[in-house]
Amino acid sequence: MRSSTGVRPAAVTARGWGWRHAGRPRPALSGLDLDIQPGERVLLLGPSGAGKSTLLHALAGVLGDGAAGASGPAGDAGDTEDTDETGSLLIDGAPPRAQRGRAGLVQQDPETQVVLSRLGDDVAFGAENLAVPAAEIWPRVREALDDVGLGRLPLDHPTSALSGGQKQRLALAGILAMRPGLLLLDEPTANLDPAGVLEVRDAVGRCLDKTGATLVVVEHRVGVWKDLVDRIVVLQPGSATDSAVLNSAVLIDGPPDRVLAEARDMLIGAGVWVPGYVPATRTRLPARDAGQLLLAADGLAVSRERPRRAGLRDGFRTIAPRPVQSGVSVQVRAGEALTITGPNGAGKSALALTLAGLLRPVAGTVSAAPALSGGASGGAIGHGSGDAGTDPYRWKAQQLIARIGTVFQEPEHQFVTGRVLDELMFGPRHLGYGEDRVDELLERLRLTELVDANPYTLSGGEKRRLSVATVLAAHPQVLVLDEPTFGQDANTWAELASFLSELLDAGTAVVSVTHDAEFSAVLGGTELRLRPLETAAADAPGPDLELPEGASP
Amino acid sequence: MRDALSLRGNHALLTRANPLAKFTAVTLITLVLALSIDWVSASVALALELLLLPLAGLTLALLWQRGWPLILAAALGGWSTAILAPDAGPVLLDAGIWSISAGSLQLGIGFMLRGLAIALPAVLLMSCTDPTDLADALAQNAKLPHRFVLGTLAAMRLVGIMAEQWQTIGMARRARGVGSSGNPYQRFRATLGQSFGLLVQAIRSASRLAVTMEARGFGGAARTWARPSTFSGIDAWVLLGGLGIAAAAVAAALGAGTWNLVFLTRQ
Repeated sequence: MRSSTGVRPAAVTARGWGWRHAGRPRPALSGLDLDIQPGERVLLLGPSGAGKSTLLHALAGVLGDGAAGASGPAGDAGDTEDTDETGSLLIDGAPPRAQRGRAGLVQQDPETQVVLSRLGDDVAFGAENLAVPAAEIWPRVREALDDVGLGRLPLDHPTSALSGGQKQRLALAGILAMRPGLLLLDEPTANLDPAGVLEVRDAVGRCLDKTGATLVVVEHRVGVWKDLVDRIVVLQPGSATDSAVLNSAVLIDGPPDRVLAEARDMLIGAGVWVPGYVPATRTRLPARDAGQLLLAADGLAVSRERPRRAGLRDGFRTIAPRPVQSGVSVQVRAGEALTITGPNGAGKSALALTLAGLLRPVAGTVSAAPALSGGASGGAIGHGSGDAGTDPYRWKAQQLIARIGTVFQEPEHQFVTGRVLDELMFGPRHLGYGEDRVDELLERLRLTELVDANPYTLSGGEKRRLSVATVLAAHPQVLVLDEPTFGQDANTWAELASFLSELLDAGTAVVSVTHDAEFSAVLGGTELRLRPLETAAADAPGPDLELPEGASP
Repeated sequence: MRDALSLRGNHALLTRANPLAKFTAVTLITLVLALSIDWVSASVALALELLLLPLAGLTLALLWQRGWPLILAAALGGWSTAILAPDAGPVLLDAGIWSISAGSLQLGIGFMLRGLAIALPAVLLMSCTDPTDLADALAQNAKLPHRFVLGTLAAMRLVGIMAEQWQTIGMARRARGVGSSGNPYQRFRATLGQSFGLLVQAIRSASRLAVTMEARGFGGAARTWARPSTFSGIDAWVLLGGLGIAAAAVAAALGAGTWNLVFLTRQ
């Protein structure tokens, strides 16, 4: 079977396959038996730690440097390689490592999917590496760019100017130009906004229809891929545990509708986003009077860029950066949620970080009301107490964290120690607080078991819970979160939403940047919808303030 | 920084020359100027180089914008030479511990001009050469190993990403109570911690990028080039130009009797 596009769909065979990463006591995956026919489209599900990414990396031929396809515990003679492969994993009957370009992999992080700085060169990169004749490369590049919907951009368009969704489509084009028989997608849309998710999903669908290639996609938002795949394979939760050695690594396997019907409860339990299911969360208490004013922004213009110094001719004065958003006036009140929404490039994160006292306003002011600036909550007497003035950007770091806590999109950016407990104690120790709040947070966010672990080794959901806990340990009255639900499984999502709703009812103000409408519905409160500056200027001044559906005023 | 290296909108003649030819011409001029400290050869080379600005799509304003650190360094170097060099000839300015004489001033000006004449070709080269094209030429024409050249090129993209991450990590750490205030020791420790955070992220980005490249077949022995790096008539002119500037500088200095080889003469 060979389609008109020169793509020969690949078959995958796994027999008792397993892999242990170097330095890990248990295999990431073991006892996998799986047959994927040429042209099949498979969605691979399973809880985190089930070895989904390991399988994709192995199929892409980028897993370790051990003896490719060798059966049995390969002799650990190598001085650096301590990996362990069992059984066999084959593409068209041969080990993946031996057939470069037969499978193409797209990963999660858009930023590291781009290799070169010009659009066309980046797409050509894979084809060049496969030694495709030069004359054949450029037609392939143009075709691939057309297929992913980037055909209208010039070939020398700078790749740094692309959005996240465009970068992921570019990565797909780079793979397509290699004409692989097997497309491997490892959570390609986890870091994208809803529009970006659809862009990528639709581009994948078009390419598969055209080439007939085999697809294996890992993603825990089932709804996105359900209609595009014709088979769902669910891997055993924690196939790395002892009990799994006896069983097969595959728990359920079949057409999407049947798998979703039969395994619905199990999948929900494993934190998979099953279509039509919104995890149960705590409902907020009925609204009381308007909360006390904590922070007010007036005529705020924001940018991530810093002011720069002009050259000699302009007398070295300061030049303000060009704002990405301007004219924002908004209030943050105790016990009330403020949700900042809008498309990419509208300056949502920049606005949140400016409100949080981390970025200097380009124009306008952020001022803390006396209730916030006056002193730390909880009656603690520490370095963070005492009146700090009204401008959060000018506060010392310790004054800031006792008043406004910020949770960044990437938890790792905020880790400052090598142990979970130290991480949690860091704020309270510096502020001279007691440890009682820390114990409560450990318990509440299910981190008690992990106190001695290294923060960098935690799973995605654990890292997220830890980053929220560390910030809250300093008792801030305002909590700012940047895309807290990005890439989270349904269990962590529900835990986080319920926990924040509790905090709100206890009087903390919560400001969140999010694309997640269900999440903002749980928190209630006010939605600040930002529009990109060029289009916003055309119709109305400033952003819209409105109440999300079902939210209590 | 990534934008500064982009050539979009620059259609000047020299952008069409082969990067390796330009690189060779620049090296030639630099080598010759490094041989002698005298103001005649340096100013002749500098004057000729300035004439080439339009060919590289540069204006004086753009040159200042991209090359001001080099220009300032050259000026500073000249100034310090002028005040520190042993006096010779009539003293022009005497301020106690240091003085400027006609001889030391001449040496200082020579030093500054030479610095400028050496720096300018490098700025010219980077203004009319895309790093990707330079990598193509180095691998295809100069036969440098392609794994090394392309690996370096991909790593350059990470530098831009790291600049953004540095800012984000700085803010993220302030949000944890690690401030860049306090005494110099505390600031030093804060910077050290931030650097460590950046290092961790840089390693993560690098290993993810490496997987991306490997998944696209990078690292094999055979490779084709979608952008064949070829030579054209312009490149002969570029080489001749480089040779011409170098020769004119030497000839003028010899003619004026100022040529003095740095290794040979020490008065």
